[in-house]
Amino acid sequence: MEGADTAWILTSTALVLFMTLPGLALFYAGLVRSKNVLSVLMNCFAIAATVSILWFVVAYSIAFGDGNAWWGGLGKSFLSGVGLDTVSGTIPESLFFMFQMTFAIITPALIVGAYPERIHFSFVIGFSLIWVLIVYAPVVHWVWGGGFLAEMGLIDFAGGVVVHVTAGVSALVLAMMLGPRRGFPNEVQPPHNPGMTMIGASMLWVGWFGFNAGSALAADGSATMAMTVTHLSAASGAIAWSVMELIRYRKASLVGAVTGMVAGLATITPASGSVGPVGGMLLGLAGGVVCYAMTQFIKQRLKIDDSLDVFAVHGIGGALGSLLVAFFVATALGGHGLADGMTMGSQLGVQAFGIVLVAVWSGVLTFIIVKVLKMFMKFRVDEETEVQGLDLAMHGERGYHGM
Amino acid sequence: MKFIVAIIKPHKLDDVREALASVGIEGMTASEVKGYGRQKGQTEIYRGAEYQVNFVPKVKIEVAVDDGVADAVVEAIRTAANTEKIGDGKIFVLDLENAVRVRTGETGAEAL
Repeated sequence: MEGADTAWILTSTALVLFMTLPGLALFYAGLVRSKNVLSVLMNCFAIAATVSILWFVVAYSIAFGDGNAWWGGLGKSFLSGVGLDTVSGTIPESLFFMFQMTFAIITPALIVGAYPERIHFSFVIGFSLIWVLIVYAPVVHWVWGGGFLAEMGLIDFAGGVVVHVTAGVSALVLAMMLGPRRGFPNEVQPPHNPGMTMIGASMLWVGWFGFNAGSALAADGSATMAMTVTHLSAASGAIAWSVMELIRYRKASLVGAVTGMVAGLATITPASGSVGPVGGMLLGLAGGVVCYAMTQFIKQRLKIDDSLDVFAVHGIGGALGSLLVAFFVATALGGHGLADGMTMGSQLGVQAFGIVLVAVWSGVLTFIIVKVLKMFMKFRVDEETEVQGLDLAMHGERGYHGM
Repeated sequence: MKFIVAIIKPHKLDDVREALASVGIEGMTASEVKGYGRQKGQTEIYRGAEYQVNFVPKVKIEVAVDDGVADAVVEAIRTAANTEKIGDGKIFVLDLENAVRVRTGETGAEAL
């Protein structure tokens, strides 16, 4: 056990929980209308509480139990066999469990952006729990738990595929099944508090240091370089998105700048342990430009109300970074080098296979989960509730009080 | 007595208040309201999606005055609130039947 490694991952664990509570919650809450602000905050908060228990009971075991190439089995349910001296690598296993739990919390919380302002609260909880159990935990095992994608050599340092592709694709499927908000796309009211969105996004930026640099699972050069490329990608993503808006509208918006930053962060996530600083900067630029174009395509062209652009920003950003890492990992492009026996081409093949497989897995299972859950619980709220707002109807509270 | 209601651009509130003070008006009510006229709302863009916001934030001023100063008050508001751009607002002048000061019970012009 290494004291320095343990200290850094303790810190990283706190940073990643901070990304969801309150970072992501505020980021999303500012983008909805004032009558739904509490419901979005509550979705994120309730997911954090319930997924934590699920992770302890069984999901951690499925992800990181010994098991086989496909799942980890049930041997580590209730942290069975994990005590004060149990280690995972150079850190205590209880810490590894906690660090990974914060990832299991933020991933279903990302999907909150697909369905706000019209979904039933109990469905959010039911869906999120089942989704973590049968979509997320197995994919974690495949990629980080010694499963078959790890064997194939898939590069996913901090979760481009595991976190962003799973959440992004599931968000898109869920948004299509739920249907658009009333008035979409032409008569929906704009975000009620862009300042709140900026505050939340800024917490995400800081928290992402724990997400990516913590994924080194050590306090070493890999962690510090991951932090460096993460920061550069966030900055260039924000600049790229703003420049796109300046060209098109002559105005750079705050919501646009912070969204570009998040796109840059999602894009660098899988690559943050593999690329050099120039690679990080270029990945952020690519993420900002491509994700900007995708938000237009999904909402304006396909008319899918993935309300807060989870697929366009996270799904596409995560997939883009997972593909581009095959090039930027090469020492010729400033990266830390391909694995033995790999070429750019073969690495690209592995990356593409992993992305497509996980995308299909996430999409199909999300479809099935929603179909089955709909038989037992309310999916979408009725029209009156939607007009009144979910805060009052679902939670009996209001975010803002007039006289 | 006249009751004057003016809808103006929010950033013109201080100018209008000062202009009214300079013609001897010592009290008024201001509230934040939303509405539109020929300006027809405004367009806001978030993540490339254009939102048509029909109701634009405005400030409504209400002031009760004696008949003799009504024209001067209207002119003061009009001058102070004017930016010569669309959306500057409107002024409505209504006949006022009575006014009562709550504390003393004074009525009519005495209560203003």
